Amino acid sequence: MFLFVVRRLFFAVVLLLAVSVFTYLLFALLPTDPAALTCGIHCKPETVLANRIRLGYDKPVLEQYWQFLRGIFVGRDYGLGQTAFSCPAPSLGYSFNQHACVTSLIGETFPVTAFLAIGAFILWMIIGIGVGAIAALNKGKWQDRFATGFAAVGVSLPTFYIGLLVLFSVVIWFQILPFPSYESPLDNFSAFITAMILPWLVLAVLSAASYTRLTRNGMLEAMNEDFVRLGVAKGLRLRVILLRYVMRQALIPIVTIAGLDFAGLLGGAIITESVFSLPGMGRMSIRAVVDSDLPVLVGTTMVAAVFIVAANVIVDIAYGFLDPRVRVSS
Amino acid sequence: MTSTIDSVRDDGTGVPVTASIVGKSPRELAWNRFRKDKFALFAVGVIAFYIFVALFAPIICSALGISPTRLDGQALNDYGLPDGPFGNISTSHLLGVEPGTGRDILARLLYGARVSLMVGFIATFLTTTIGVVLGVVAGYKRGKIDAVIGRMTDLTLAFPSFLLIIALTRPFTQRLESIGVPEGNPARLTYIVLVLSLFGWVYVARVVRGQTLSLREREFVEAARSCGAGNSHIIFKELLPNLWAPVIVIVSLSLPGYVSTEATLSFLGLGMIAPAASWGVMLGDSVKYYRADPTYLFIPGIALIVLVLAFNIVGDAVRDALDPKGDRQNLL
Repeated sequence: MFLFVVRRLFFAVVLLLAVSVFTYLLFALLPTDPAALTCGIHCKPETVLANRIRLGYDKPVLEQYWQFLRGIFVGRDYGLGQTAFSCPAPSLGYSFNQHACVTSLIGETFPVTAFLAIGAFILWMIIGIGVGAIAALNKGKWQDRFATGFAAVGVSLPTFYIGLLVLFSVVIWFQILPFPSYESPLDNFSAFITAMILPWLVLAVLSAASYTRLTRNGMLEAMNEDFVRLGVAKGLRLRVILLRYVMRQALIPIVTIAGLDFAGLLGGAIITESVFSLPGMGRMSIRAVVDSDLPVLVGTTMVAAVFIVAANVIVDIAYGFLDPRVRVSS
Repeated sequence: MTSTIDSVRDDGTGVPVTASIVGKSPRELAWNRFRKDKFALFAVGVIAFYIFVALFAPIICSALGISPTRLDGQALNDYGLPDGPFGNISTSHLLGVEPGTGRDILARLLYGARVSLMVGFIATFLTTTIGVVLGVVAGYKRGKIDAVIGRMTDLTLAFPSFLLIIALTRPFTQRLESIGVPEGNPARLTYIVLVLSLFGWVYVARVVRGQTLSLREREFVEAARSCGAGNSHIIFKELLPNLWAPVIVIVSLSLPGYVSTEATLSFLGLGMIAPAASWGVMLGDSVKYYRADPTYLFIPGIALIVLVLAFNIVGDAVRDALDPKGDRQNLL
């Protein structure tokens, strides 16, 4: 087991290195000149040149990548003498657009994304598994039709459209809530809840849909298993069969997918954050796209990749504990 | 594929009694189950209707005397808004006109269906083809090839795909234009289809690989091999026919996803650009006029939802129909 964990961790590190190489090269080889973007239209060529040297864009791509990688572990200094500044480790680069280290930008925006993700995640697991279980227990009846309909609609709707419809109807047409403006929960908790309730609900309902479907199908499949028939035959109580036999089997694939989905959200819920103007990582990254702010893009991509890879490792190791065959075969 | 077995039973009278047992192939069983699902049949009809409408959009538009690009200033009032209730729905404009320009919404919807369906179908075709080929090869060959394809899968999954799709739109469309793809919408559509396929094949490949791994150990494959069948025979004649069931399910569920993604990208201003119509472009436009013309907000949205819903219903029904335990009664 120990060897299995070590091997998975080692592989995860290699994977992240590969992701960083691809991401860095992909953005470095783009036909945009990052140094030219460091100052406005009325920029002197000398300033651009100075900035290029200061930010290290004059060096070959591979050396730039090495600097980037080194910066993650030991921090990074830019420039010399009076104009020098530094981004302490773990440094993901410097955003010339926002005049700040990428790491601190991510540090500012990440809590918003994390709050959004955690709240939505709790809601969608409750809604998804609950509705799915109701559907499975009432297979073929109206509850089932309703739940599968909900799942199909929820899976199919584009987030931006539903988000905007909800925003327009709740905030503008019926004026139930004020326009969401994010506040830190430490400063003003009620304002925080008011701002987050709509994005939580939208994200939760749309994501819950596929969990409803998974739970329903998983439970129906489990109910067909012989061990459940045996349970019924030997007269176990329904509650025991459902919780110990059916749910347990049905939830295993859900746990896997939930882990990966949650990790994906932590990298930034781009559309939800943009629609509800939440100052999270997703909105920052889409701004970075608009402004061609490459360091921020590379940084957010890397952070998102770390979450995805970490979730994969955790899920794999959890599987290794649950199912001994996994350990042997890999 | 119905085969009839004549069983002959001797009932002791010396006269053979013949009864016929009708055997059905799994495909027939599945089709019979699917046929009973009226809801799914209706959804198939809806999809067929969309495809028909998209294919014949020019003919339908000229028959109705509408055009997706003609600016009808007559239909707008002095503020440039539709002159009449509900976005000026009238006999000349059945679904009203676009605020600002006065273009006919029905015509744009019909032409938009072409773009949305085309992106959906081509991206699905590419992801499925790549995914099935790589999945079968990985699962069948195993060893080094499997390891390489597996690492490619891991790498692709590690990227935050939506962020990258957005971030790379502008530079890559420019690159496509520079290598000769016609500028503007063709280049943008090519990019969307390519990038959706680049990130989408993984999901198909994973499922197909898993199925292949278990199929290759089955007796019929061993039988074929013992008769001297080569790799290509086993892959194409033995494995692939058994893989179509899970693949159909993936297709029917991933296609609506691609249609939605195209809409999202167009909404973000990264997909098609006006005056070309796509449902995403229309959704993006309608959002700007949500106060003055709420009707417009619902038309492309409902068109998109109905299509995506239809595909999902068909996908679910196919999966239910292909489930061999589908007829078994539940005890709970």
